[in-house]
Amino acid sequence: MNRLSISNLRVSIAEQEIIRGLSLAVPKGEVHAIMGPNGSGKSTLAKVLAGHPDYKVTMGEVLMDGEDILGLAPDERARKGLFLAFQYPSEIPGVTIANFLRAAVQARLPEGEELEATDYYARLYEKMDLLEMDRSFTSRSVNEGFSGGEKKRNEILQLAMLEPKYAVLDETDSGLDIDALKVVANGVNSMRGPNRGILVITHYQRLLDYIVPDHVHVMVQGRIVRSGGKELALELEEKGYEGYDEVKDEVSEPAMV
Amino acid sequence: MVKEVSPLEIERNVGNFAYPETHTHDAGVGLTEKTIHYISDIKEDPDWVREFRLNAYKTFLSKPMPTHWASKDLEAIVFDNIRYYLSAGTQPKRNWEDVPDDVKRTFERLGIPEQERKFLAGVEAQFDSEAVYSNIKKAVGEQGVIFVGSAEGLKNHPEIFRKWFGKVIPTGDNKFSALNSAVFSGGSFIYVPPGVKVKHPLQAYFRINAENFGQFERTLIICDEGSELTYMEGCTAPKFNTATLHSAVVELVALKGAKLQYITVQNWSANVFNLVTKRGIAHEDAEVKWIDCNIGSRLTMKYPGVIMKGRRARGEVLSIALAGDGQHQDTGAKMVHAADETTSNIISKSISIGKGRATYRGLVHIPKHLKNCKNNTECDALLINSTSRTDTYPAITVRGTGNSVQHEASVSQVSAEQIFYMQQRGLTEAQAMSLSVNGFVNDLVRQFPMEYSVELKRLIELEMEGSVG
Ligand SMILES: Nc1ncnc2c1ncn2[C@@H]1O[C@H](COP(=O)(O)OP(=O)(O)O)[C@@H](O)[C@H]1O
Ligand SMILES: [Mg+2]
Repeated sequence: MNRLSISNLRVSIAEQEIIRGLSLAVPKGEVHAIMGPNGSGKSTLAKVLAGHPDYKVTMGEVLMDGEDILGLAPDERARKGLFLAFQYPSEIPGVTIANFLRAAVQARLPEGEELEATDYYARLYEKMDLLEMDRSFTSRSVNEGFSGGEKKRNEILQLAMLEPKYAVLDETDSGLDIDALKVVANGVNSMRGPNRGILVITHYQRLLDYIVPDHVHVMVQGRIVRSGGKELALELEEKGYEGYDEVKDEVSEPAMV
Repeated sequence: MVKEVSPLEIERNVGNFAYPETHTHDAGVGLTEKTIHYISDIKEDPDWVREFRLNAYKTFLSKPMPTHWASKDLEAIVFDNIRYYLSAGTQPKRNWEDVPDDVKRTFERLGIPEQERKFLAGVEAQFDSEAVYSNIKKAVGEQGVIFVGSAEGLKNHPEIFRKWFGKVIPTGDNKFSALNSAVFSGGSFIYVPPGVKVKHPLQAYFRINAENFGQFERTLIICDEGSELTYMEGCTAPKFNTATLHSAVVELVALKGAKLQYITVQNWSANVFNLVTKRGIAHEDAEVKWIDCNIGSRLTMKYPGVIMKGRRARGEVLSIALAGDGQHQDTGAKMVHAADETTSNIISKSISIGKGRATYRGLVHIPKHLKNCKNNTECDALLINSTSRTDTYPAITVRGTGNSVQHEASVSQVSAEQIFYMQQRGLTEAQAMSLSVNGFVNDLVRQFPMEYSVELKRLIELEMEGSVG
């Protein structure tokens, strides 16, 4: 029940199958990492979980705390507690971070309840301090003219503000220098806890030095081909993804956790 | 029962309700000389006004529909099917208590009496052809400010009225200004004496309640030397299946050093043809500023203008047009520089939704003999769907030395990725759309008075909610 569970998922876009029978479960209280080469379908998985309309799920199911979410609109999934930190976050011209997050937090309140502005700003500033973000960020338009690193930090700020049950972080480390990486990892680590499951997607093991996962899965060509503990990340770092191409053909049953 | 609505509260059907008609004066259907005599009789027009109307009627007949440059959709207006005058009396009340119940309920539902109490210096409320309520705060009246209906203005203040009436916009300016000149009724007449700065806005609210109807209000505002005024108008109509026509003429005069700001937030239903002529004259060191927000209607054609007649005069048009599915907002601005060192600024933002269409038409004229004039024009269009449409027709004629113009235009589209991103944060598709739209107009809206930016934001939200699934 208390998990984000994906079973036997198959996903296509433009007649091409990208996710090809993938199963994975992230229980609350755990951090899982998916590693895999470019083009293996990691972002596709992330976006399908979030309900992106372009992708077609041809088989399988995704349960969040036992509830099938594949039939829900993206915003419904989000309000039920699913968060995606995007690999490429969109820019929203003219909408400030403060107003955007405020609308997002407000959307989670019961109907008729108004968000208290002072509480909101207190919390916003607290999270910004944690992520070492300048206060002036609140009045900048969402992601507009942000550097790669600023965008990623902004994603984690939103994660911290929205406190989801399950968070999927897609390549949150890309575009970050080592100092920024530590700050962002610190932010993510502060979100770890018994009531939250986190799925970290990356193709470098670097991030996993700072966000140490409980489990690591290797994804190649739309399938999980191997799962293990955190030491698997180090092994991949050393040996790369070579050899997994052959493995994939041997895997008839998708790897289960 | 009728629910009382605060102007800041979301009410899904803002203007879409109607009460049964209780008109005692009805000019019937169609337009002939008899219609004009009927209107003149009811209104007890002085002879010069009756004459003015009859001449205007001839001009109206002689002018072609501007279909050669504007929308062919104008052909859908059947002048013979329209009712040109409807009222339950010609005398506006000074107290809301005295306004007939059904009419009062209409305005209460639109939040007008409440806004008057909160932040206005005076209100006029027009229901079909006549103002039913007109009141100015005592303190403002005592400063010598005149704020009455156009009929009262021409009767009781002919020395000011006649001097400017029809001078800023001549009868023959276009077919619809001629039509208005023939059958005008209602609208405001305002005079602000020299040096008087009216702190709070005066507001007029125009409400169409009847089907097949034409509303032709006529507004004339004169700000005497060094005075200041903000005037706001709101407009709504219920949604009928037949075409309704709104064709106003608004003339503004800002004498030396005066500042006049005219704000429109209209929220017409999708059956209204809104064909309005608005122009101001700015004398030396004076400023005329139009803030024009066009939401709704089937077709709006409106190009507020400023003639900068005196040295260092300034003209400004800030406009937002929201073209919903099947609607056409054909809007823009006219800036006529007629003296040295005059400056004009046009910022136009349009949003097209579904099959909505937004057209910008601009005219900036700086003749050869003038020196040191400046114009800045910015038009930005936002397309919500791939079927949405926008066109820009800027006409800029600048000659002479030391005159400068700057023109920028952009077209952007709300992307599916943007909407998905916002939905992933928990916003519904409609909320995401309206946030994008609000973001798009944000820098402009920030320049509007507070009360109106709140109202506008709310109308955009309603419009987006209605346009998404
Ligand atoms: N919108 C799309 N249209 C067509 N192909 C796509 C689309 N999105 C992803 N793909 C393809 O799916 C595969 C997996 O992409 P992606 O999920 O982004 O991989 P990763 O995140 O692991 O690098 C790639 O071959 C990519 O070209
Ligand atoms: Mg990716």
